[in-house]
Amino acid sequence: MIVVYIIVGVVALIAAGWVFRAAGRATGRPAFRDMDLSTAFGYALGAVVVVWGIYAFFFVEAAVFFRWAVQGIIGFAIAAWIFRFIGRHVGPDSVRRQFRAMPLTASFGILTILIYAIVAIFAGVLAPHGQAEVFANVNVLPGGDPALGGDPAFPLGTDQIGRDLLSRLIYGAQNTVGIAFATTVLAFLLGGTLGFLAATVGGWLDNLLSRMVDVLMAIPSLIFALLLMTIASAWAGSEKWLLTVYMVVIIAVIDSTRVYRLARAVGSSIVVMDYIEAAKLRGEGMGYLIFREILPNATAPLLAEFGLRFCFVFLTIASLSFLGVGIQPPLADWGTMVRDLSQFINFAAFSPLTAALPLMAAGAIALLTVAVNFVVDWMLHRSSGLKG
Amino acid sequence: MGSVTRIVLQRLGLGLLTLFIVSIVIFTAVNMLPGDFAEAILGQGATPQAVAAIRHDLGLDQPPVSRYLEWLADAVRGDLGTSFAQANFASFVGSDAGAGMASVADTLVPRFRNTMFLAGVTAAIAVPVSLIIGVLAALYRNSVFDKVANMATLTSISSPEFFLAYILILFLAVLNPWLPSLSNIYDGMGFGERLEKTMLPALTLTLVVTAHMMRMTRAAIINLLASPYIEMARLKGLSPMRVIVRHALPNALAPIINVVALNLAYLITGVVVVEVVFVYPGIGQLFVDSVKIRDIPVVQACCLIFASAYILLNLLADILSILSNPRLRHPK
Repeated sequence: MIVVYIIVGVVALIAAGWVFRAAGRATGRPAFRDMDLSTAFGYALGAVVVVWGIYAFFFVEAAVFFRWAVQGIIGFAIAAWIFRFIGRHVGPDSVRRQFRAMPLTASFGILTILIYAIVAIFAGVLAPHGQAEVFANVNVLPGGDPALGGDPAFPLGTDQIGRDLLSRLIYGAQNTVGIAFATTVLAFLLGGTLGFLAATVGGWLDNLLSRMVDVLMAIPSLIFALLLMTIASAWAGSEKWLLTVYMVVIIAVIDSTRVYRLARAVGSSIVVMDYIEAAKLRGEGMGYLIFREILPNATAPLLAEFGLRFCFVFLTIASLSFLGVGIQPPLADWGTMVRDLSQFINFAAFSPLTAALPLMAAGAIALLTVAVNFVVDWMLHRSSGLKG
Repeated sequence: MGSVTRIVLQRLGLGLLTLFIVSIVIFTAVNMLPGDFAEAILGQGATPQAVAAIRHDLGLDQPPVSRYLEWLADAVRGDLGTSFAQANFASFVGSDAGAGMASVADTLVPRFRNTMFLAGVTAAIAVPVSLIIGVLAALYRNSVFDKVANMATLTSISSPEFFLAYILILFLAVLNPWLPSLSNIYDGMGFGERLEKTMLPALTLTLVVTAHMMRMTRAAIINLLASPYIEMARLKGLSPMRVIVRHALPNALAPIINVVALNLAYLITGVVVVEVVFVYPGIGQLFVDSVKIRDIPVVQACCLIFASAYILLNLLADILSILSNPRLRHPK
């Protein structure tokens, strides 16, 4: 039955596209004359989607989530535009120049990263309650309306044991993002140093390190992390915070293999340059070569890799926490929150705000990675010399 | 043709060697556990005699190298040991030592079959869809369609799997009850019903994998569009569709095949989180459960299976890209 509907719909769209093109040709515009039917079909499909979206936004009562999503996207777009506008007209000249050729996605990314950083740093000030503070009223519904089982003191309600969800969401920024950031920095220190060392020294050290990295990279990273976390949890015993430290080290080591690859590749193409030869002949030491000669010339690719690596680490940590072996309670983190609140999604038809709770935590993760990806995309685009 | 066989055999040998070293890494990692299996099984109430008995039973009093070789030999023969979840003190020292316990292989095989089914359904949807969207995005590059596809795929690549999974559950299972949000699959289920239960996890994985494959397809085709022979084809007056499908696509096939195989390898790991979300009785779910209760033999076995699948698919990507590229087939 569905198949019949789809076929009828496609045929109707093709017909609509044909009519649209024929009508356009009647005006005599060359753009319509050269248009193939598939492009016209695309325009018809796009028009239908837009009309349907407007209809659902204004007239369908049940499409709450769709409305929120549209409002969110429009809101973010406006915020990003305003941010770019401010960046273009305020501040020192060097900053303004950066903003001039910036696409909207990149300014959205930078704005989001800034907001996350502020929330993460000032979580203690912003959050109304402590992250592990337990209140007497459990399972308060979100919304803050006493008539519907809410409480103005807890705008997003409380969880099964009475912790304020808004505070935990805010502290989640500090814990999840902070730990992911520390892990990425560690992975870069480890992988970057070893990679540059392998590129400069070469020979047996390069071979040894590269083969070790090959072996570690042959095991899928999430699987390897889970295996090592099993062992770490046996080592940590009942010390929960120790397990978090182990997790940072484990993920840093696993991800440093990828950093090593890049640092070695970039490094070995720099090592053959004449200025390195000159520095070697001057009798400079290994440390000078790596930090003063190679590193400054490898910043652009490493910076982009830092952004991407951060996303991977962030997602891995969130996944581990979601699976229950990552960041341990009482620390609030988004992955664990998604898992704990996931059952609420079944109440979507009755209380959309309650169902949105797990999605907020998961969306907070997604939003940051999307933002970082947009910024990295823009940086790569700029450094590769492509314009437009 | 002789050189091709040699290269393929070379790669196969390299893959086997990698697998062998990976098994050593896994074995070493597991043996870094404080205490040993015996203490892990017995827990706090371990008496020295009981520990010694189990150690002897499991062969833990042997040196590590011979234990590794024995484990490897057993694993190759398909005997992956006994799950701790079924093992307990009585079953080791009682009169019925070793009886009535499910072996790891018995637990794994049906779940492995389920996971393969999930991966198969995902691949069957994702590969054609991503190829079509990729070709379309390359055809209508820099249009609204291309930009929307680019943003959508970037978003779905950067979202965690569970976010996509819950969004799909919200829209396809809760708000519009079209598909079941729990995949309770059991033996003897009809194919249609099984497919329906697998649909949501498969769609989630499709979203993740398609994004990647589509972007690579688009990039591979666009890379070629500046070549002189494409210019020639265009100047002959061929339609843009024909230029891309008949002239650009065949030459872009090598990177595309490569990325398809790599994404199938990615599927193997992505499956873990998705299976947990949908309570899909696959190998990923088993792996996570075993990690939580520290069921070492199962963790070890799952790890080995995931790693071998990953290595095999990477190997496949390697070999296929050699076969599809004459320049790699006849190295100078």
